[in-house]
Amino acid sequence: MTTTEMMTLKTEPFVLNFGPVHPSTHGVYRMRATLDGEVILDIEPVVGYLHRGIEKLAEERTYSGFIPLTDRLDYISPMSNNLGYCLAVEKLAGIKVPERAEYLRVIMAELQRLANHCIAVGSFLNDTGAYYTPFMYAFREREKIVDLFDMACGQRLTYNYMRIGGVSQDIPDEFLPALKRLVEQLPRWVDEYDVLLKQNEILLARTKGVGVLPRETAINCGISGPVARGSGVNWDLRKADPYSIYDRFEFDIPQGEAGDCYDRYRVRIEEMRQSLRIIKQAMNDIPAGPVRADVPHLIRPPKGEAYAHIEAPKGELGYYLVSDNSIAPYRCHIRPTSLINLTALREMVKGWKVADLIAIFGSIDITMGEVDR
Amino acid sequence: MTVALSGKDIASQLEEKFPGSVEETGQDSLVVKSDSLLAVAGYLKDTGSLAFDYLNYITAVDYYSYFEVVYQLTSLKHNHSVIIKSRCYGRENPAVPSVVGLWQSADFQEREIYDLMGIKFEGHPNLKRLFLWEGFQGHPLRKDYL
Amino acid sequence: MATVDFIVQNQLPMQVVPPDWPGGYWWHWLFFTVVLITFTLIMVMGVIYVERRGLGRMQSRLGPNRVGPFGLLQPVADAIKVLLKENIVPDKADKIVHWLAPVIAFAPVLMIFAVVPFQNGALLADLNIGILYVVAISSVATVGVFMAGWGSSNKYSLLGAMRNVAAVVSYEMPLVLAIIGVVLVAGSLSMNQIVLSQDIPFILFQPLGFLIFFAAGCAEINRSPFDLMEADQELVAGFHTEYSGMKFAMFYLVEYAEAIAISAIITTLFLGGWRGPLLPPWLWVIVKIFVVFFLMVWTRSTFPRVRIDQLMALAWKFLFPLALINLFVTAIQVLVWPDALPWVLIIINIAIMVILVVSWSKFFKLGWGRLEV
Repeated sequence: MTTTEMMTLKTEPFVLNFGPVHPSTHGVYRMRATLDGEVILDIEPVVGYLHRGIEKLAEERTYSGFIPLTDRLDYISPMSNNLGYCLAVEKLAGIKVPERAEYLRVIMAELQRLANHCIAVGSFLNDTGAYYTPFMYAFREREKIVDLFDMACGQRLTYNYMRIGGVSQDIPDEFLPALKRLVEQLPRWVDEYDVLLKQNEILLARTKGVGVLPRETAINCGISGPVARGSGVNWDLRKADPYSIYDRFEFDIPQGEAGDCYDRYRVRIEEMRQSLRIIKQAMNDIPAGPVRADVPHLIRPPKGEAYAHIEAPKGELGYYLVSDNSIAPYRCHIRPTSLINLTALREMVKGWKVADLIAIFGSIDITMGEVDR
Repeated sequence: MTVALSGKDIASQLEEKFPGSVEETGQDSLVVKSDSLLAVAGYLKDTGSLAFDYLNYITAVDYYSYFEVVYQLTSLKHNHSVIIKSRCYGRENPAVPSVVGLWQSADFQEREIYDLMGIKFEGHPNLKRLFLWEGFQGHPLRKDYL
Repeated sequence: MATVDFIVQNQLPMQVVPPDWPGGYWWHWLFFTVVLITFTLIMVMGVIYVERRGLGRMQSRLGPNRVGPFGLLQPVADAIKVLLKENIVPDKADKIVHWLAPVIAFAPVLMIFAVVPFQNGALLADLNIGILYVVAISSVATVGVFMAGWGSSNKYSLLGAMRNVAAVVSYEMPLVLAIIGVVLVAGSLSMNQIVLSQDIPFILFQPLGFLIFFAAGCAEINRSPFDLMEADQELVAGFHTEYSGMKFAMFYLVEYAEAIAISAIITTLFLGGWRGPLLPPWLWVIVKIFVVFFLMVWTRSTFPRVRIDQLMALAWKFLFPLALINLFVTAIQVLVWPDALPWVLIIINIAIMVILVVSWSKFFKLGWGRLEV
């Protein structure tokens, strides 16, 4: 061996397991990362630690009885899950939803988007290392939203609020004034949050240019939601394929350009502002009337199949239902937003360091309940 | 509004290009033979007027005598969508070509269908079980499991 | 300047025992050892309380308030809990190294307090090379940390220990250069002399030196925003992942004792030590230590964390050149204008600091970004 060969250090990559039990993997998610020092060469995701067989359980439950199970899918935003499922069943059975129920659904869905983005942004900043301070501030605001949900349906986490043909019960009288107060307070809080963090040097250094997802890769991998919009894909189901009564409201779709973690964070903050706009419009126009169509709870849709998708806070959430005219679905498939959003993780993290892996993973914002079902 | 193209719109185009590939055309969907699935999918993705560049989902349904794999494709440019289905008969070794080469979002979804339904996707680079552990016997989402 | 001349003329000879001390050398040593150990332990408890309560209030939550009035006995409860836990040693760990590591990490930190003056002449050892001794001893604690990471036979711990060693070695340079600035102004290495020569606290004469020392000190002791050695979002707990029971208590103690040590050095060098009106001198020291520590808690709850390559870039490309320039400027001032009026120098130094920090940070880019794999 020459002297140069003897002097060069021999290194070899090693495999580090970011186990299912980890303070920062957003649930029970496991990654086997091949590292060369601190640089990531490859990751291999291992999922399935929260697999409960919800799609098989759907074949045993009645159509209405499946709604509580949909709550447990993406447990950070259950209202959206309920909404998607009810839309699919209504498409299958051809049920028309009364006006007041439509407005209530929109208000609940947008409030849910706000609550979800509170957690998404808070835990993303927690992953970059801001020791729980933005997380606690975000939770303070989420508390107010969850209190409203508590007022409407009695639950704080698994709401079970939507029903086939409408919603389960009307809102109490104190709901709309409380909502009005919230909608006035929240823009100020979003601005305060923005100002504190938008120009923070350390945050910019940690997130700008980190974990870039190119636009073409995003479309090819089927990415949807704020992750896709952060990469410049102009696709929001509320505008492209409007469901419920979203075509009556005026709102913008925030978009990023670079597709890095910073852009995804900014897209989520802007979406919070747009959600507040929609809620204000819905609050002013809400009519009186019944909150549920007159359909039996034990519903037997005619034979056929239907697919309905919504713009859930994390992306495109869809339900594919096949019915054979019995009280239970023949097949219910849930398009898992978070699982499909994870497809691009491998390309996004190659070449970055361990600290960036956690930050990039946090910026995609997944929930294991939806990945594993 | 995303226009959901009906089966008949596309079936005629496909019959010209790939004769004998279309089995039936339903109201919203069309059924394609599994051997020509890859060619049809490639044609749908690359043709300018169709340009289906976004794969919404892949799923599989167990209809006792056959398995049906359902694909929904959307074109972000033209804002239309179509549903393609493909059937595989027989319960022992159902197989369908994999579309991972065309749309990478099929990666985890095909693994999930293999795991839970037992349908093999030929050409998938890493067809392992996704949710259940290696060594698990059986495919739970089939109708004859339990 | 006038102060330098005065000090040089009235230099006291080094005395092993102060002249008015009753009893012999060993009695002096015993008394101060006991006082210092008690002081460290009680200050650690007080500091843990300030941190937890301060962090809690800054994150808009309460912090500990159950144990004792205002939660003041919480650290006592923590200590009892940690001591009663089972001492688990991993099977493949290197037993001797694993056992020795907390001891080697803690002993040097305790030795730093030997030269911190509590009153004129009231220290364990009035070395005339006081500050050099401090710099030398504080580097030994890193060996303990590295032994902990290596002896745990855990890849996470090793990663954390490697990061720690890299960071400590890099940040020694700006730290020492900032200290030399103060030494030039005071004219002596002895800690007691430095305090005696601070008619006007040196933070005004050396604002840039204070900032550099504070940043480098925070990096040496693994405090936010440089706490990537024990980033619990990424590495579970870094080098002390595999420790429990009394050994973990030692590491916990080390972390806070180091924080108090750095605060004590800052008060001695920059804030005027025990000088001040009204209160007894030792109380002034304690008050100033708490003030500096509160500044550390404040930065912890506000900023996200930097990445390891950004940490190194900050040390070598930002702090080190600034420290060199600071030294240069101070040396010129001491040599060329020894009789200048103090307030003129103060204004000049503050202006230089502002210009340097603002302009340098515009040219400085944090971190290299992605490596091609």
